[in-house]
Amino acid sequence: MKKDLYILGIETSCDETAASVVKNGTEIVSNVVASQIKSQKRFGGVVPEIASRHHVEQITLVIEEALQIAKLQPKDLDAVAVTEGPGLVGALLIGINAAKAFAFANQLPIVGVHHIAGHIYANQLIQPMEFPMLALIVSGGHTELVLMKEHGLFELIGETRDDAAGEAYDKVARVLGLSYPGGPEIDRLATESDGEVEFPRAWLEPESYDFSFSGLKSSVINYKHNLEQRGEHVNPHHVAAGFQASVVDVLTTKTVRAAQEFNVKQVIAAGGVAANKQLRTSLEAKFKELNIPFYVPPISLCTDNAAMIAAAGSSMFESGIRGTLSMNGRPGMELVSWNK
Amino acid sequence: MIWLGIDTANIPLSVAIVKDGEILIEENTSMAINHSLRAMPAIDEVFQKTGIAPSDINAIAVSEGPGSYTGVRIGVTIAKTLAWTLNKPLIGVSSLKALAANALYFNGLLCPIIDARRNNVYAGAYRFENGKLTAIIEDGHFSLGELIGKLKSFKYPVLFIGKDTSLHKDQLIDELADHAVFAPIQFNLPRASSLIHAAQQFEEKVDIHNFVPEYRRIAEAEANWLKAQEKGNDHG
Repeated sequence: MKKDLYILGIETSCDETAASVVKNGTEIVSNVVASQIKSQKRFGGVVPEIASRHHVEQITLVIEEALQIAKLQPKDLDAVAVTEGPGLVGALLIGINAAKAFAFANQLPIVGVHHIAGHIYANQLIQPMEFPMLALIVSGGHTELVLMKEHGLFELIGETRDDAAGEAYDKVARVLGLSYPGGPEIDRLATESDGEVEFPRAWLEPESYDFSFSGLKSSVINYKHNLEQRGEHVNPHHVAAGFQASVVDVLTTKTVRAAQEFNVKQVIAAGGVAANKQLRTSLEAKFKELNIPFYVPPISLCTDNAAMIAAAGSSMFESGIRGTLSMNGRPGMELVSWNK
Repeated sequence: MIWLGIDTANIPLSVAIVKDGEILIEENTSMAINHSLRAMPAIDEVFQKTGIAPSDINAIAVSEGPGSYTGVRIGVTIAKTLAWTLNKPLIGVSSLKALAANALYFNGLLCPIIDARRNNVYAGAYRFENGKLTAIIEDGHFSLGELIGKLKSFKYPVLFIGKDTSLHKDQLIDELADHAVFAPIQFNLPRASSLIHAAQQFEEKVDIHNFVPEYRRIAEAEANWLKAQEKGNDHG
C-alpha cells in the first residue's frame, strides 16, 4: 500500500498569510488564512510594503496553527510547497524564506509553486480533475484561460492584455465611491439593480481568447464624468449592473467558446472573482445547457489560500520537482508545465 | 553553548556559528546580491562545514534592523522560523548596535551609520562603559544635519562605523573636524560574531511569534494615511 503524502503549503503572494496541510494532494487536513483586509482597507487597495510587514507578523503563527489543526509534527510531513510567484516580490519573499528555513531545519524537500497552478489545483480538493480541462482564472491580479490535457501540463490560451478583471472591479468601485474590496460591493449593487447602463464589450480579434478591461473601465469613468458635467445624477446601481454585465458576458462567452473548441471534459473557475455570484450563475447556466461539467470551488478556496498551493505542490512533488535553498521570489513568473 | 548569528539587514550578509565563546565559522560578504539567493545557502554552508546540526544550536541571534526593509525581513523571517521550529530562543539585535559592537573599546561615541538615501541615515550613538553598550542617541532615522547637530552637543570624539560612512565622510569632517574618527575597513561590515556577542552580553530573548523588524520608519502609505486622519480628512 502506498504511504500517504502530507504536504505543508505556504502562500504569501499578496495580502493573505496562509498555511495548510493537504493529504495526497486531494484532502484538506488544515487550512489557515490570516487576512490583512482590515488593514489594507485604509489605503483602498493593497500596499506592498504594508503587506510584507503583516506577513512577517503572521508567518510562524499560521504555520504553527496549520500543523496544530492537522495534529502533525514537522517529521510527519513529506515536503513543503510554497508560492514562488507571481505576486508582490516583498510579500512572496516572506513565505519563501519561511518555507526554506522550515524545510532546512526539518530536512524536508521544498517545492516552488506557481500561484495560478495553485488556483487550478484548488479544484482537486473538491473532485478529481478530468482532462482535457479548461480553467478560467479570474482575480485581482489575473484573468487567464488555461487548457490542461493532463496533470502538470498547462497551455495558456488567453489572458488579459491590460487590467485583470478584479483590478477593473476595484477601480470601478473606487470611481463609484464604494469601499475596498470593490468586487463584492459591485456584485451586490448589480444584483439589486432595476436597470443597467449599456457599456461596450471588448471582444478583441474574432479568434482571440484574450481579454481587455481597461477600455470598459474608461467607459465607466467617461459615462460618470459626462453625467456630472451635465449636472445629472449617476445611479451607482445601474452603473454597477452595466459594468458587471459586460465583464460577465465577455468572460462567459470566451470560456464557452474555448470549452467547445477544445472539447473539454471539465471546466473550472478559480480566483477571487470566481466568487462573483452573477459570473458563477452565468457560467453554470451555459455549461448546463452544453452538458459540460462546471465547477467553482467554495469561496474559501477561490480566494488566496495555501491548500491550493499544497495541492499543486503534491502533484509537482510526485513528478519529482524539487526547489533549492536559493529559491527567490519571482514576481513575473510564468506558468510552466512540470509534466512535459 | 552554540549560537547561530544572521545579519541580512543591508547589502552585506553575515552568518556565523559561535561555540562556547569561540567563532567556529563566519561568512561575510558585501555584494549586491539578493539575500533570498544567498542567506539560506550560507546558513546551510556554515552548518555543513562545522558538522553541527541545526538542532544542536542553543540560541539564534538576528539583526532586527534598521536597514533595507526587504533585507531585514529576510533575516528576521528565517531566524524566527528556525527558532520557532527548532524550539530555540531568539535574540534580536539592532543592526546599528551590532556595528557598534565591532569597535567596543573606543573611548568616545560609537556612531554606526547606515545610509537611508536623500542625505538621510539610520544612526545611533553608543558609549562603551562598564562592559556595556549604552545608547546615548537612540537608533533612528535622521537627516545627516540632524544627526550632526545631536553629535555636536556631546564633548566626545566620534568613531563612525559602517561602510556607508564613506558616503558622508566629507560633510562629517567639515562639521566635526578632528572630533570625527573613521573606523578601519574591517570594522565596517556587520559581523554575525559581533551580533552574537552583543546578543549574549546586552540583550534578552524575544517572543518568537510576535518578533518583527525594527524598521525605525513608518511605511510611506501609513504615514500619509495618518496625516489624512489628523486632518479629519477620513476617506478610509
